[in-house]
Amino acid sequence: MSFELNGVTYETDEDGYLLNLDQWNKDVADYLAKGEGLNMTESHWEVINFLRDYYDEYKIAPMIRILTKAIGKKLGPEKGNTKYLYELYPGGPAKQACKIAGLPKPTGCV
Amino acid sequence: MSDKNKKTEIKTPLLDELKTGPWPSFVNDLKKLSERKPAVGELLGQLEQSYEDNWNYWQGTVLNVDGYGGGVIARYSELAGKFPNIAQFHTIRIIPPAGWVYSTKKLRELCDIWDKHGAGIMQMHGMTGDALLLGTDNKTTFDAAEELMEAGWDLGGSGAAMRTLSCCVGQARCEMACFDTMGVTKFLTDTFISQLHRPELPYKYKFKLSGCANDCAASMQRSDMPVIGTWRGPMQIDQEEVAKFIDKHGLDYTVNNVITRCPTQCMQLKGKSIEVDNGNCVHCMHCINVMNKALAPGKDRGATILIGGKRTLKIGDTMSSVLVPFMKLETPEDWRKLTALVERIWEFWGENGLEHERIGEFIERVGLGTLLENIGLEPNVEMVAHPRSNPYIKFEELAPGRMGGEPEEAPTVVNKETEGFEKA
Repeated sequence: MSFELNGVTYETDEDGYLLNLDQWNKDVADYLAKGEGLNMTESHWEVINFLRDYYDEYKIAPMIRILTKAIGKKLGPEKGNTKYLYELYPGGPAKQACKIAGLPKPTGCV
Repeated sequence: MSDKNKKTEIKTPLLDELKTGPWPSFVNDLKKLSERKPAVGELLGQLEQSYEDNWNYWQGTVLNVDGYGGGVIARYSELAGKFPNIAQFHTIRIIPPAGWVYSTKKLRELCDIWDKHGAGIMQMHGMTGDALLLGTDNKTTFDAAEELMEAGWDLGGSGAAMRTLSCCVGQARCEMACFDTMGVTKFLTDTFISQLHRPELPYKYKFKLSGCANDCAASMQRSDMPVIGTWRGPMQIDQEEVAKFIDKHGLDYTVNNVITRCPTQCMQLKGKSIEVDNGNCVHCMHCINVMNKALAPGKDRGATILIGGKRTLKIGDTMSSVLVPFMKLETPEDWRKLTALVERIWEFWGENGLEHERIGEFIERVGLGTLLENIGLEPNVEMVAHPRSNPYIKFEELAPGRMGGEPEEAPTVVNKETEGFEKA
């Protein structure tokens, strides 16, 4: 599968995750977010930026606990919980936020 | 798909073998259901194929209802070309009422919703403790979830989350129950509902609660944190009833089925009365089960909290072992001590556990001593895998004196609530 944006073609897997992670940019993120029915606010970007920074450094997506702690540290303890993250990304921070951040698809588990 | 609603005869000779014999058969039930639900017929078709090929044709994937990180077990069929109606065949987990006590009205309502949106197959209840509703696709999963929630149901746990709790019927129907299993189950579910819906732990965490050591919830084998009812002090004996029991069943029966079956030989028959060495009783429940009129658990009741039971993952199967030998579980205040303990465990395990590492495996890796130190519990010689086995920790102060330095008196460690627990 693939989509085209501003004259560039982006290959994705069957669930819409970018195959070539280097192709990611802010316009792509906005495009992917729209596909998820999300309107990207400053708060949404906070999460995306953290995910990308973490991925750059460790080459894996952070565990959810690390994400909530980092967000809580940055934005205050009332936002450092999964409830806040699911309000931003109702489909789940792992599944939805990773997709918009251009990270590999998280592996599901039973 | 054009052939989606076309009913075709699916032959299932291997499955049909399961219809023979005097027992109830799921094949009979599902065949009957398939008369009005074509997906169920195809489901049997795929199972037949699996029996023939010794291969599983289901593929797992992730599907979340908005705001939930679990509760839907999504399955795609690899034989969708042959069986188009089960191309997507998902399961929804529903939190059942504690002790599985439903009103018939609610149960009918649940069935109706499932007949409308799903394949009509329900598993009451799965090993997880959930009510499992099978057979929705990518769209009807959401329709069903919406209607279920409107009716007051909620999704159960899946993935690296606290899982749906399950408990025995407890004090609602059983005189053996030493604490209110249903009350505690509801309390834990309400307290940790966020951790149930939104996975944030290294891996799954299961509670199962049994009112006594008969362990009807099979909590020892099946949960990370079993809570099992027990008592302190002497068990209750009604000697009049003992005499009646012996008159009715005879002396031989009483000796052969009660006295000699005691695992620690702590009972003696004196004429037509029973004497129990309570210090040696391990509260196994056997004698109480047999002589349930004459014997009963003691009056000072509470629960033992255990930890670490699990199926094979990183290490082989383990059963839980004792973490808190005894705690009262009578008031919500007592219950909050339990949730505070759980929070401390999750904090330490959450920070230091590896991905997909259950608490039992974590303890195996870091040692029980390390865990206790970090959750603020004092080590106790009663922290054992089963009665009379060796503790996990070396207690220097309890070791026999060496070379003439015998301690005058062994410190008592029996019958006290675990120190450090009050810190909660």
